[in-house]
Amino acid sequence: MIETPEPDLRQQAQRAGSLTMTGSVATRVLGVVAIAAVGVMALLALWISPADAVQGDSVRLMYIHVPSIWVAYGGFVLTAFASARVLWRTRSGAGGTYGVIADRHARRWDRVAGAAAELGVLFTALTLVTGSLWGRVTWGTYWQWDARLTTTVLLFVTYLGYLALRRLPAESRARARRSAVMALIAVVNLPIVHYSVDWWRTLHQEASLNLEPGGDRNITGEMYWTLLYSWATFTVVALWIGIHRYRVLRLEELAEEASLEELLAQRRDEQAAGR
Amino acid sequence: MWREIWLVCRKDLIIEWRARVTLIQIVPTVLLVLVVFAFALDANPSLLGAGAGGLFWVAVLFGAVLGAKRSFDIEAEGGNLDGLRLGGLVPAAILWGKAAALALQMVLVGVFAAAGLLVLYSVTVHDWLLIVVAGLCGMAAFAICGTLYGAMTVGLRSADTLLPLLLIPVAAPVLLAGTRAFDVALGTSADQGWSWTALLAVVLVTYIAVGWAAAGPLLEDA
Repeated sequence: MIETPEPDLRQQAQRAGSLTMTGSVATRVLGVVAIAAVGVMALLALWISPADAVQGDSVRLMYIHVPSIWVAYGGFVLTAFASARVLWRTRSGAGGTYGVIADRHARRWDRVAGAAAELGVLFTALTLVTGSLWGRVTWGTYWQWDARLTTTVLLFVTYLGYLALRRLPAESRARARRSAVMALIAVVNLPIVHYSVDWWRTLHQEASLNLEPGGDRNITGEMYWTLLYSWATFTVVALWIGIHRYRVLRLEELAEEASLEELLAQRRDEQAAGR
Repeated sequence: MWREIWLVCRKDLIIEWRARVTLIQIVPTVLLVLVVFAFALDANPSLLGAGAGGLFWVAVLFGAVLGAKRSFDIEAEGGNLDGLRLGGLVPAAILWGKAAALALQMVLVGVFAAAGLLVLYSVTVHDWLLIVVAGLCGMAAFAICGTLYGAMTVGLRSADTLLPLLLIPVAAPVLLAGTRAFDVALGTSADQGWSWTALLAVVLVTYIAVGWAAAGPLLEDA
């Protein structure tokens, strides 16, 4: 297989908008949809959905807490998938070169992995914060050494380590392949976090949404539909942020590769043109 | 391939035999961790006995971090990894050879730590077979995971601080399953000890699979 060099990052960036912006018409529309969806979600979660008979109003935190962890799971699974693609595209015998990644698909998958992992970490943090607030109201404490909580923190720290590894200065090919291996190891923790409430005696309640055919629902009515809607909303918001983050990573690569002289010349041209 | 793995394993074991880092530094550190736990828990025998399984695995995990670091420190000096590859060894043979050597060293660490539990925490073993099987699975899993992360961070300027951050959370499944199995074997829990050992074996097989896939990418760029 012959690796094709990335055509021209600068041209790509210019087609996408400009060298300093990550927005495009599509992402602006997506952004408006995401913000509107969050507004409707707030309406549903705070007013239309009833308070729980046992938990009271604290149940409303569930509409952030549950979708957050699902989006985080999605981000980590996407990171693993993209990492597998990176390893496949840069494998020995695929025409790989030392130093930089020449294959444009590998570069794209590496950016997808990085952006998805950042989203996963962000939404895992949101899950931990909302869970902690819910715990304060329901259990009377911000933190319990509960199986689900502990494994979620481990997942969070694992992917913080992944992001730290990605940040280390190294040649792009080595960094991408090293990070890809770590992502594939880290994803093993996902089922452990998810099934921890079934495997260990735990304070954390069982899954609110049972997606298995014929599975029992722990919630019904407005609560159920609000939770489903929140899940869809968080997915759209994550997609929106993820696309921007992907483009930021591409621009960072562009900035790394562009020589200082090129940037200075460009700045002089802009000044000369009176922009 | 098997011969190359044996050559690398033998090389690491000879270096270890000459330097005796595991015996002189890592084993005492692990025992020291067990002693420090006793200080932290106010030398309460019932508390130490109840948590002995977990304390064993935490102490051994610290030992695994040190062992993994040491395993690649000896290669980072003078570009030894390049030398091994120029000598015609394939990346997988280097990785598995080093993992095998580290696993043997971890077994040694585990034996001393188990002896430490018996002496320092006065625990009674109810199921020796469970201890041995879970212990061997756990040590092998720590060794493979440690070797992968050692290879990942070799030559990096911040490897000393980064390796524990990367390795400890990822090794958590081994820590959790190993602790549960040991709790049953030590009679402090009525759980399904063999189910937890089966989970350990699944994690071990997963690490082996990832190791086969990752050997090339990690060592070609190291």
